[in-house]
Amino acid sequence: MSVLDWLDERLDLSGIRHFIAEKGVPVHTQKIWYYLGGMTLFLFGVQVSTGILLLLYYRPSATEAYESVQFVVTQVQFGWLIRNIHSWSANLLVALAFAHFFSVFFLKSYRKPRELTWVTGVLLLFLMLGFGFSGYLLPWNELSFFATKVGTGIAGAVPFIGHFTLRLLRGGDDVTGATLSRFYGLHVAVLPMLTTALVALHLLFVQRQGMSVPIKIEKRLKPGERLPQMPFFPNYILRDVLAWYVVIAVLVVLAAFYPWELGKKADPFAVVPAGIRPEWYFLATFHTLKLLPSHLLGFEGERVGVVGFGLVAVLLVLVPFLDRRASRGESSRAFTVLAVLGLVYLVSFTIIGHYAE
Amino acid sequence: MALTDKPPLSAGAAAPFDRRSFLDALLTVGFVSSAVAIAYPVGRYLIPPASGEPATESAVAGRAGALRPNSAAIFKFGSKPGIVVRTADGDVRAFSAVCTHLDCTVQFKTDTSQFWCACHNGIYDLGGNVVSGPPPRGLEKFVVNIRGEGDEAEIVASRA
Repeated sequence: MSVLDWLDERLDLSGIRHFIAEKGVPVHTQKIWYYLGGMTLFLFGVQVSTGILLLLYYRPSATEAYESVQFVVTQVQFGWLIRNIHSWSANLLVALAFAHFFSVFFLKSYRKPRELTWVTGVLLLFLMLGFGFSGYLLPWNELSFFATKVGTGIAGAVPFIGHFTLRLLRGGDDVTGATLSRFYGLHVAVLPMLTTALVALHLLFVQRQGMSVPIKIEKRLKPGERLPQMPFFPNYILRDVLAWYVVIAVLVVLAAFYPWELGKKADPFAVVPAGIRPEWYFLATFHTLKLLPSHLLGFEGERVGVVGFGLVAVLLVLVPFLDRRASRGESSRAFTVLAVLGLVYLVSFTIIGHYAE
Repeated sequence: MALTDKPPLSAGAAAPFDRRSFLDALLTVGFVSSAVAIAYPVGRYLIPPASGEPATESAVAGRAGALRPNSAAIFKFGSKPGIVVRTADGDVRAFSAVCTHLDCTVQFKTDTSQFWCACHNGIYDLGGNVVSGPPPRGLEKFVVNIRGEGDEAEIVASRA
């Protein structure tokens, strides 16, 4: 008797068996976009595993953090590989999460009945940015130290609760070892817990509802006609795995040939190095805030900017409820235009922010 | 719906090595090699690197004047504890304080003039030899040299 039979006899696996046998993925010209979510999830797995490995040697204190990372990359066997993969994978993860976000946006896959999948997805994207922001500080080097100063300073511009938020994030008025402890706890406990819960929901919704088919392709179907389906097991999952292999290949090449610099140890009394800028995925926001005049509409410019970004974040979460046409299954050009504008803004401001003085 | 249809099994299903099992084997080899390629660096990573310090050969165990007869003190011998004792007749001896049973740190009992391990009641005599209890062998004995004169003289313990 096989293990499966043994389990089946006790737990009745017919539900799962049925699900596996029935699960299909619609086949059409746009199905390439279906791979992005799986690739992002795969990278999250890479982050969790390499993150746990880094925890074996990392020490979260202002006096030891930098040295412990230095120890990992110079003394521990393959430590350089694990750390480089963690850093590169973090960046690829954010990039793929954005790609996944925009593909879903353009295909209007958020429309009824998948509003909640979108909501959990956008929240996950924000969590990924939180991971990036908190993890960046952990090696306690010069760049990350000042980037965190600037980043938490921006949080301080939030009206009413700004100063409170700033102190809450920093664990005091300044970025110190207390900030490092907080960011560490956030990075390895709070954010992973929230992410795991949201990923579980996100996947549950996707499994429950199946893959969304773009409006255009849906419209072309005759009444009662169904798109051809590809079985998920094993046909589609093998294609998914193939995509993951591509991700691994890219990751290993980056980690081996473009080591992530550790830089100089943070010194609170050093002058800010020239050309200080945040990670690329915060560059567009960073550059926008830099361009704002010091006073706008009678308020502090930065404050207006922060409130603006907060509003954009809320609107992004609400997109499926705002796009009424897509919900009715009609093409909604306005939201496509918005997505294009958003993409153009992000890409151009990231590039400008990268080259600006 | 061509995609859902499984490819027909080759007519000679009894054939020892058909196309499907060949591909399955290839896939298995691929997955297994990937697993090995990942497990190897991870396994090496888990092994803690040897600490950079060379093994300690000798250490200062204390000042001669600070150690009264029938008393002992713990000192640092590299990263491990050592114990230095002055016997009732004034003899100075030094041992590793690491119990040979399960690495607990032993202490000196002034009432019996013996080394005692509190973990499992191991007892050693003033020569470091096992008197009773579970320790499999005696304490490692260090060579003691006195450097200097009078009370300020340093007690130096060295590995034999």
